[in-house]
Amino acid sequence: MSKKEKILEIKHLKKNYDDTVVLNDINIDVCKGEVVVILGPSGCGKSTLLRCINGLETIQEGEIYLSGEKISNQDKKMHLVRQKVGMVFQSYDLFPHLTILDNILLGPMKAQHREKKEVVVEAEKLLERVGLLDKKNAYPRQLSGGQKQRVAIVRALCMHPQVMLFDEITAALDPEMVREVLDVMLELAKEGSTMVIVTHEMQFARAIADRIIFLDSSKLVEESSPEEFFTTPKTERAKQFLNVFDFDIAK
Amino acid sequence: MDIQFISKYLPLYVEAAKLTLTIATIGIISSIFVGFCCSLVRYYKIPFIHKIVSIYIELSRNTPLLIQLFFLYFGLPKIGIRLSSESCAIVGLTFLGGSYMAEAFRSGLEAIPKIQRESGLSIGLTKFQVFWHIILPQAVTISMPAFSANVVFLIKETSVFSAVALADLMYVAKDLIGLYYKTDEALFMLVCAYLIILLPISIIFSIIERKLRYAGFGN
Repeated sequence: MSKKEKILEIKHLKKNYDDTVVLNDINIDVCKGEVVVILGPSGCGKSTLLRCINGLETIQEGEIYLSGEKISNQDKKMHLVRQKVGMVFQSYDLFPHLTILDNILLGPMKAQHREKKEVVVEAEKLLERVGLLDKKNAYPRQLSGGQKQRVAIVRALCMHPQVMLFDEITAALDPEMVREVLDVMLELAKEGSTMVIVTHEMQFARAIADRIIFLDSSKLVEESSPEEFFTTPKTERAKQFLNVFDFDIAK
Repeated sequence: MDIQFISKYLPLYVEAAKLTLTIATIGIISSIFVGFCCSLVRYYKIPFIHKIVSIYIELSRNTPLLIQLFFLYFGLPKIGIRLSSESCAIVGLTFLGGSYMAEAFRSGLEAIPKIQRESGLSIGLTKFQVFWHIILPQAVTISMPAFSANVVFLIKETSVFSAVALADLMYVAKDLIGLYYKTDEALFMLVCAYLIILLPISIIFSIIERKLRYAGFGN
């Protein structure tokens, strides 16, 4: 792992809202092409961590680097950073007043000032891959939740981000739609996209992750391979957490 | 009903309607401008200024237009500022309309979920681009019904302009009643004049509202 090029480095990150510490001394390195899944109970700071990486939250201490360049607390230049960090949110975040295609074109054209023709070709190719090319002129309200999330993924991908962040993107979906969205992500992983994923889908986490990071009460508790984490977790807290998903014990 | 009287004095009403409409148009356009600026100040909570804007909005919405006009027309000359009837009417209408428009736009701005702003930012847009391409188009659509209600409301409010000696529709009607005591005819024409102005506007706005709704909003 250490031989690989590091894309994202989080060093001693500390985040608090007034007196409440949300993230405390978090250190994570993500290498190129690596898929890191962040697990943890509700309120442990998983989503906040992603929001810090994307600069939607300022951090109080520590630094975040993207390809060696400092990206934390950049204020004025933050929009340039975000062009390199794609993010998909839990709630469907498409722009309701734009068609699917325009949703995807907005970032590449307005933020990156790319040629419309070229972006349209790419957008259509990506839409076809997620099986939604026929929806390109539809409005978001005409799509199901799963379809919207797939479009949101395409919209982020079209920016050619160096790393993609997924914040519980299947949490608000029907079980059947979860699958279609997760399949898209599995495919991205296969292609070597660098991803940081927050999820509550344990089976999925195990299938997609190169590395699992377990957060609890604002601290990084455990970091291990998925195999290791799900079979022989190192910490008591992780064991406890995983037992919640084991219904055999409850029986 | 004295038809002859009506046809004889109809041109007076036409003239007055033109004046009323001109003042209303200028007043409404400047109301939109003032309202838009104020709503942004309140929405983005720009320090200090947003307090002043709040005071303005409360002051303007909680005092009658007639009193505001009296203040402009009779009050200001006491401190040496003398405005014509027309200027008073325009300033008064803007003062009143600005606050109503501000609240209409703000309701639209605040109805946009936070996630819209964040997802706009997350695709690398600047704050202004997020506002221009994402927040504004949605906010305008949402505030359209309130906006059109305000336009109609402001045009109706012009009926108090006669109080500052502006020869508007109400002024002409009162004048004719005073001169000839033809109350029925004068008021009948007044009602017709307002209906002729307002009905088309209401209809046009309801068509626009329906169009915008069909353009597809809300998830």
